[in-house]
Amino acid sequence: MTDTDTTTPATPSGTTPPVKRSGVRQMMPTMSGKLLAGLVLIGAILLFAIVGPFVTQDPRSSGNDALLPPQPGHWLGTTSLGYDVLAQLAEGARGSLIVGVSAGVVAIVLALLFGVVAGYLRGWTDEVLSLVTGIMLVIPGLPLMIVVASYLQVRSLWVVALILGVTAFAGPAVVLRSQARSLRVRDYVSAARVAGEKTARIIGVEVLPNLLPLLASQFLFAIVLAILGEAGLSYLGLGPNGSITWGTMLNEAQGGGALTRGAWWWFVPPGLMIALFGTGLSLVNFAIDEIVNPKLRLAPAAAKSVREARKAGRDKLGRRATAQTVAAAKERVDA
Amino acid sequence: MKFYARRIAFYAVTLWAAISLNFLIPRMLPGDPFSILMAKLQRAGGIPAGTENSIRLLLGAAEDQTLWEQYVTYWKNVLTGNLGISVTNFPTPVTELIGDAIPWTLGLVGTATVISFVLGIGLGALAGWKRGTWVDSLVPSTTMLQSLPYFWVALVLIFVFAVSLQWFPIIGAYDVFHFNGPEWSWAFVGSVLYHAFLPAVTIVISSVGGWLLGMRNMMVSTLSEDYVTTAEAKGLRPRRVFTTYAMRNAALPSLAGFGVSLGFVVAGSLVMEQVFTYPGVGKLMITAVRNNDYALMQGVFLVITLAVLAALFLMDLIYGFLDPRTRHHD
Repeated sequence: MTDTDTTTPATPSGTTPPVKRSGVRQMMPTMSGKLLAGLVLIGAILLFAIVGPFVTQDPRSSGNDALLPPQPGHWLGTTSLGYDVLAQLAEGARGSLIVGVSAGVVAIVLALLFGVVAGYLRGWTDEVLSLVTGIMLVIPGLPLMIVVASYLQVRSLWVVALILGVTAFAGPAVVLRSQARSLRVRDYVSAARVAGEKTARIIGVEVLPNLLPLLASQFLFAIVLAILGEAGLSYLGLGPNGSITWGTMLNEAQGGGALTRGAWWWFVPPGLMIALFGTGLSLVNFAIDEIVNPKLRLAPAAAKSVREARKAGRDKLGRRATAQTVAAAKERVDA
Repeated sequence: MKFYARRIAFYAVTLWAAISLNFLIPRMLPGDPFSILMAKLQRAGGIPAGTENSIRLLLGAAEDQTLWEQYVTYWKNVLTGNLGISVTNFPTPVTELIGDAIPWTLGLVGTATVISFVLGIGLGALAGWKRGTWVDSLVPSTTMLQSLPYFWVALVLIFVFAVSLQWFPIIGAYDVFHFNGPEWSWAFVGSVLYHAFLPAVTIVISSVGGWLLGMRNMMVSTLSEDYVTTAEAKGLRPRRVFTTYAMRNAALPSLAGFGVSLGFVVAGSLVMEQVFTYPGVGKLMITAVRNNDYALMQGVFLVITLAVLAALFLMDLIYGFLDPRTRHHD
């Protein structure tokens, strides 16, 4: 989301005709409150993950007093082992984001193969690939992850990301496949086929660019799911060994009796960070959804303009109610 | 008829794949679960030869048999309901432990999911109906609910309502000091409901946002269809347009999504049960993982998968009946 500066500000609908946007710009979401809030949330958390570990304590130094409530010096208090919670939160942000983004990449690459290729090629390739997608879709993900993770005694950050990505590709694949199927029969794709272009080129140059908004929204969604999945796994003690993530913090908080000892500053921040980051990504997804499905943007705007017109005393044809017509209407009602 | 044949074939293949996956996972992954398990069993007491053989088979340590022979025997065991013996509760059969845990999960997760679904669909329909008003600005806040980890919601609820305010119990499914075991009495049912309240609220809070948002978006799309405009132009009462024209049609995709989301709810409540120490399937699975009780873990995974498959299959059949279009198109 680095190229948001290229977006055009939203035009108040109904007052002026929408600015015609061309090329790549057409795929960029218009700037709205939701999008801005989402980008700010994502940006702030990314910044925290990048800069945070440099300005906080060593997250693994246990020299502090145990279970200090939030106070100057330890803005989020300390854990039962004397770790600084803020430092752990910053280091955990790195871990969680790395797992989330890598798992998202794995899921999207697989979804491209199983969704777009299947949707475009059809025939037996489609049948086989769709069957695999369908099976992965209905086998519950977290139980599968738990089983796989429990057999692996040594789990690095990357292995956990791989497990999360492989178990999460089915949802995006289904969405991409149905869209690719509908793009397949468009005239310009047929034209490219008739012109003798290679299949790989048609998929890469003709089909993929039109899937970009959908792809982006599925990618963001996959990241949210992966971060939530990692938190669940880590909470159960099946997360990456030796790394700090938001999930391992919650695991330690549970083990250290944070609940019964009233140490809310220990377990509230990690969950809140997950929720805020997820919200940020979802808000950006809202904006993308409105590109993919224009009805979501146009219909509420239309309903709003009708209502405002009614409030301003105009009827559906835009005629302003005058004293005369109101009196006439009253007469009709009385009669 | 072709629709049903295709769906039945798909579920048959998925069933086969799920059961085979359960067979393959211990064999494909590194590590030596068999030795870990045997060491545990030795400490727990003597092991009959038959038990050792069945564990060998389950974990892929039966060297005297070919992979194919192991696979065939494994299928025989699954079909006769023999999923091995638990180490944690030696020597209780895995099927018995799972059988004891299922009613708790089914009761809790089932009820909470239905409540959440009805609530989400209702609120979503209203939010869609009120499109273009202040309600629109509330809609994005539901994504916050969706991004909350289930078990974290559970932690916070326990902290506020069970530890600080002490309104609700912290753990368990019923008062273990008062009752020796499940019984049929009003007092016991009351205790169960009292203990199930916070877990159910957790599920509703974490899953209602998804239903609400999906329904709202479908409602907005449906309301801009021509037949809705026609209905309004005919002068039908708004109430009738809302229920009969818009909501009925907008709810269809949500019903289809019900099945898929069921998998998420099952997965989410798995960790949540651990937080509440609720004696359901999820708690059982996590206990199994903690104790390296591989037979129990695999058994629970199989049962969860089968349950989700069965629910999805049922949902598919109902959906094909509700929406004839799915029967005619792919």
